[in-house]
Amino acid sequence: MYLLERPEGIPSRLTNRVRTRVAVLAVLLAAALATILFRLWSVQVLDGERYRALAEDNGIREIRVQPARGHVLDRNGEVLVGNRTVMALELRPSDLPPDRPERRRVLARLESVAGLSHAVLQRKLREAPRHTGYPIVLKQGLSRALIFYLLENQRDFPGVSVERTYVRDYPHGSLVSHALGIVGQVSPAQLARPAYRDLEPGDVIGQSGLERTYDRYLRGIAGEQRVQVDALGRPKAELPGVAGRPGASLRLTLDAGLQETAEGALAERGLPGGFVAMDVRSGAVLAIGSYPTYDPAFYVRPHTAAEYSRLERRSGAPLLNRAIQGGYPTGSAFKPITATAALEEGLIEPDTIFNDTGSFDVGGLVLHNAGGAAYGAIDMSDALQVSSDVYFYSLGLRARASGRHGQIQDWAQRYGLGQRPGIDISGASAGLIPTPAWRNRVYRKGSNPYIDRPWTQGDNVNLAIGQGDVQVTPLQLARAYAALANGGRLVTPHIGGRVIGSDGETIARIKPEPKRRLRISESTRSTILEGLNRAAMEPGGTSYSVFGSFPVAIAGKTGTAERGEGSPDQSWYAAIAPYGDPRIVVAATVERGGFGVESAAPIVAQILERYFDADRGKTAYPLDRSYAGVE
Amino acid sequence: MEAGAKPLTIAPRGPRLAERLRLSYVDGILLGTSIGLAALSVFVLATATSEEIAGQPGYFAIRQGLYAVVGVALMVALAQLDYTRLSDLRLSIYVTLVAAIALVLLGGAAVRGSQRWIELPLFRFQPSELAKVLLCVSLAAFAFDRVRRPFGIGATLSLLALGLGPAALVFLQPDLGTGITFAVITVAILYIAGVPWQHFAAIAAVAALIGGGALAVGSTLGIDVLRGYQEDRLTSFLNPGDDPSDSGYQAEQAVIAVGSGEIAGRGDDATQSELLFLPERHTDFIFAVIGERYGFAGTTLVVLLYGVLLWRLLRILRLAGSFYGTMIAGGIVAMLAFQVILNIGMNLAIMPVAGIPLPLLSYGGSSVIGTLIALGLLQSIHVQARRT
Repeated sequence: MYLLERPEGIPSRLTNRVRTRVAVLAVLLAAALATILFRLWSVQVLDGERYRALAEDNGIREIRVQPARGHVLDRNGEVLVGNRTVMALELRPSDLPPDRPERRRVLARLESVAGLSHAVLQRKLREAPRHTGYPIVLKQGLSRALIFYLLENQRDFPGVSVERTYVRDYPHGSLVSHALGIVGQVSPAQLARPAYRDLEPGDVIGQSGLERTYDRYLRGIAGEQRVQVDALGRPKAELPGVAGRPGASLRLTLDAGLQETAEGALAERGLPGGFVAMDVRSGAVLAIGSYPTYDPAFYVRPHTAAEYSRLERRSGAPLLNRAIQGGYPTGSAFKPITATAALEEGLIEPDTIFNDTGSFDVGGLVLHNAGGAAYGAIDMSDALQVSSDVYFYSLGLRARASGRHGQIQDWAQRYGLGQRPGIDISGASAGLIPTPAWRNRVYRKGSNPYIDRPWTQGDNVNLAIGQGDVQVTPLQLARAYAALANGGRLVTPHIGGRVIGSDGETIARIKPEPKRRLRISESTRSTILEGLNRAAMEPGGTSYSVFGSFPVAIAGKTGTAERGEGSPDQSWYAAIAPYGDPRIVVAATVERGGFGVESAAPIVAQILERYFDADRGKTAYPLDRSYAGVE
Repeated sequence: MEAGAKPLTIAPRGPRLAERLRLSYVDGILLGTSIGLAALSVFVLATATSEEIAGQPGYFAIRQGLYAVVGVALMVALAQLDYTRLSDLRLSIYVTLVAAIALVLLGGAAVRGSQRWIELPLFRFQPSELAKVLLCVSLAAFAFDRVRRPFGIGATLSLLALGLGPAALVFLQPDLGTGITFAVITVAILYIAGVPWQHFAAIAAVAALIGGGALAVGSTLGIDVLRGYQEDRLTSFLNPGDDPSDSGYQAEQAVIAVGSGEIAGRGDDATQSELLFLPERHTDFIFAVIGERYGFAGTTLVVLLYGVLLWRLLRILRLAGSFYGTMIAGGIVAMLAFQVILNIGMNLAIMPVAGIPLPLLSYGGSSVIGTLIALGLLQSIHVQARRT
C-alpha cells in the first residue's frame, strides 16, 4: 500500500477500518486489471494468429461464378441453343434458421417481398432435394427494386440470395428439342460420380440429349470471385479470384433449315411420328425429330412437379422422342432386309421368279397382297417395286429360324435392328427382332397377352414383310438403309459434329467408327436398290405417285404396318438418294398414318426436296467433305 | 557595454498562471493521464472513423475533441471549487439528478428503443452520465451526516434507498448498464462509509431473493422483467456464438477484432472495424478498435493508463481532507473502475454486453464531460487536501 500512502505532512484522517476497506478495494481493482491484461495476452499474443485468420476470413466472400455454357450450333453455325442471363432468387434451405418460428418468419418475409404464394413456396421446399447447400430457384427475372431490397437487407433473409445465372435460350423455339435435351442442377447422386467431381451443388449440367452427352465440353469451368464484403454483405473490394472458362460450343451435323422443313412436314400430318435424315456414309444426322414436340424453355423456368407431370401426360406424349424411342413394326419397309437374307443365304437368286397369284397359304391360313392385287410372275426387283407380299411370304416360309437365330433375324441384327443404334443421345431403343426363342420365352412367361401361342413358321412369314412382333425405330431403319446404300458399312449415327473452343479452334471432331461391315454382295445390293428405285420412280411402283417426277433419282420403300384391330395403319417410308450415288438416307414414320405412301412418303419427299434444293444452291454441300467418316 | 547597466532579467509579473489556477496543488499525474486518455480517444476516432460518415472524415474526432476541451476546462474549474460546500447543497443536487432522469423518462428522445437522451439545441445530452457524478456527491453527503455514529440498519437502508431510487429510474429508460453503475456507486459509498459487513451480506441475500424471485415469478406470469435484448445479452454471454445477429455476435466480433491485432496491431489494414463487423465501434467497442489497430501494445497502454488513473484516484481517496471527500472519491473510483472493467471485459467477451461506455475513450459528449467533471471533483479534493 506504499503507493497509497499519504504524502508527508498530511495527517491521516481515516480510521483503520476505512483504510482496510480502501486497501481491499485497491487489491480488487488491481486484480481486475491484471485479469484484463492476462486476457489480452491470451487473446492477442497467444491466440492472435487464429483471430487474425478469422478476421481475414470474415470479410471475404467466395462467390462461385458460373461459366457461360457453350452454344449448340447447327452445321452452318446457326445458334440452336444459346444463353441469356437472368437474376434468380435462390434459397438454400440448409442456411435457413434452425429455429422453427424464426424459419417461418424468414419465409413469411420472403413470401411478401418476392410475391410468392405460401403454397408455392412450401411446395418448392418439399420438392427440393434435401441436401446441404442445395439452392432452390424460387423465381427468375427479378425487378431491380427487389434485388436491391434483398441485397440491402441480407441479414433478414438468411439463406436467400440473388444470383445472376445463365439459362438456356432457344432462338428456334421447339426446333430439335428432343435431341438437344435439357440442362438442370447436378443431383447429389451425380455429384458423387467422378465425371462431376469438380462441381458443386447448384451447378448446372446437361441432363439429357446432346446437352448430356457433350456436357464435359459444353459445361465450362466455374470461376471464383473473391470479394471483400462488410458485415452487411456489401461488397467493398474485389480480390484476385480464379477465372473460369466458358464452355466450348458444339457444332452439330444437323441442318437447321432441313430440320425445320422436316418438322414442319411431320407436324402437317398432325399425327405422332418421327423422322431421321442421315448421311449414308458417315452416320452424320442431318435432321432428326419427333412429333408432338415441346418447348424446351419449359425447363428454363422454375416449375413444379405438377406442371411437369402435366407436360408429360399431354396427349401424344410429347416428351417421347419417336425418332429413337418409337419402336413399331415397319411393314414392307422391312423387305430389303428379308431380300438381303434371301439372296445372301441362297434361298433365291436375283432372277428367281415366283408366281404371285395374289394369295398365299401358310398351313391353312390364306394371306393376301395389300389391296388384293395379284402380280403374276415376278422376280425380286419386281417384288420390291410393287411390294409383293406373296413373294416375300414365300421367302419367309423358306427362311430357317430356330432358337435365337434365323436367316432373316440374323441379317436384321447385322443391319443393326434389334440393337441399340449407338447414337450420341441417350434413350435410344433397341427395338425388337422376334426369334423363336424370344417368342417361346415370352409365351411361357405369359407376360404379354398378344403372345398367345408359341413360335410357328407363320411368325417368320410375318417377319418377312415387317409385320407382327418386330419393332424398329426410324433411326434404326435409316441406319439399315444407309448400310445398304453405302455398300455394307453399319454407321454409328451421330448428331454432334465438332467441338469448338471459345477462340474458334476445333477441340474435338466427332467421327465415330462404323459399328461393323456387312458382307453383302454387289449383285444383292444392286438388285435391291434397283427394286427400291423402281418402287419410287417407275409407274406401278408403290411410291410412284409421290416420287414419280422427283428431280433426283431415289430408291425408296413404303411400309404399312398393322396396329391392331380398328386402328389405322402405321405409315413408314425410307429412301436413299441419289439412287446412283447414295448420300442421304431418310426414314419417317407416322402413327395411324395409313399407307406408307399416304403419310410418310410425302414427308420424306419434302425433306429430300429441301435437301437437294439446298444442295443445288451451294456449289459444294459440306455434307461429305466435313463430316464423312471414312475414305 | 555601459558600466552599471542592469543585467537583463525578466521580472515576475504577478503570480504565474499555474499559481493563479492553483495548478500546483492539482494532481499532475492524474491531470496528465486524464488528458492523455481524452487525446488518445480523439486520435483513435480520427484514424478509425474517418469513413464512418461520408464526406465528414473528422466528424467524430472533432466533436470528441470539442467535448474533451470543454470537459478539461470544467475539470480545471472544478478543481478550484471547495467541494465540501457541495455537502450543503446535497438535497437540491439529489432532487436535480432525480428530476433529470425523470425528465428523460417523460420526454426524452428514444434512440434504438431506449430513452436516454434529452435533445438540446446543439447536442443530445444524456443526463444519466452527469447524474452518476451528482449521485456520488449527494449520496456521499447524506452518508457523511451519518458517519459520526455507528450505522444502524435503518440508516443503511435509507441510504440504499436514496441510491437505488435513481438506479431504478435509469433501469426503466431502459439502460441496464447505467442502472447497475448507479447501484455500484451506491454500494461503494456505503462500503467506504463503513456500513458493517453484516448489512452488505443481508442486502446481498435480499437482492438475490428479490431478483431471483422476480425472474421466476415474472417468467411464470409471462412478464418480462428484463427486456428481451437485456436477457439476451446476459445469457448470450454464457453461450457466445449462439445467435449471430445479436450480442453474442457482437462480443465474438469484438474478440476477433482484438485478437487479430496480435502484438503490433493491423493499423490501416484493420478489417473488423473498417468492414463494420464490429458494431458501435466509436462508442462501446472502441477498445476493440484499439486492439485491432494497435495490438497488444495499444491495449496494454490503455490498461496501464486506466491503472494509473485508478491508482491516483485511490490515492486521493486516502489523502482527502474530509471524509466527505473520501466518500465522493470512493463513489467515483467505483464508478470509473466498474465502467472500465465491464467495458473492456465486454470487448474481450469475459463480461456481458451491457452498453457501458469506456470512460474518456468512448465517443460521447455526456460521458466524456461527465467523467471529466468527476475527475475535476477529485482534483478539488486533492487541491483542498494539499492546501490545508
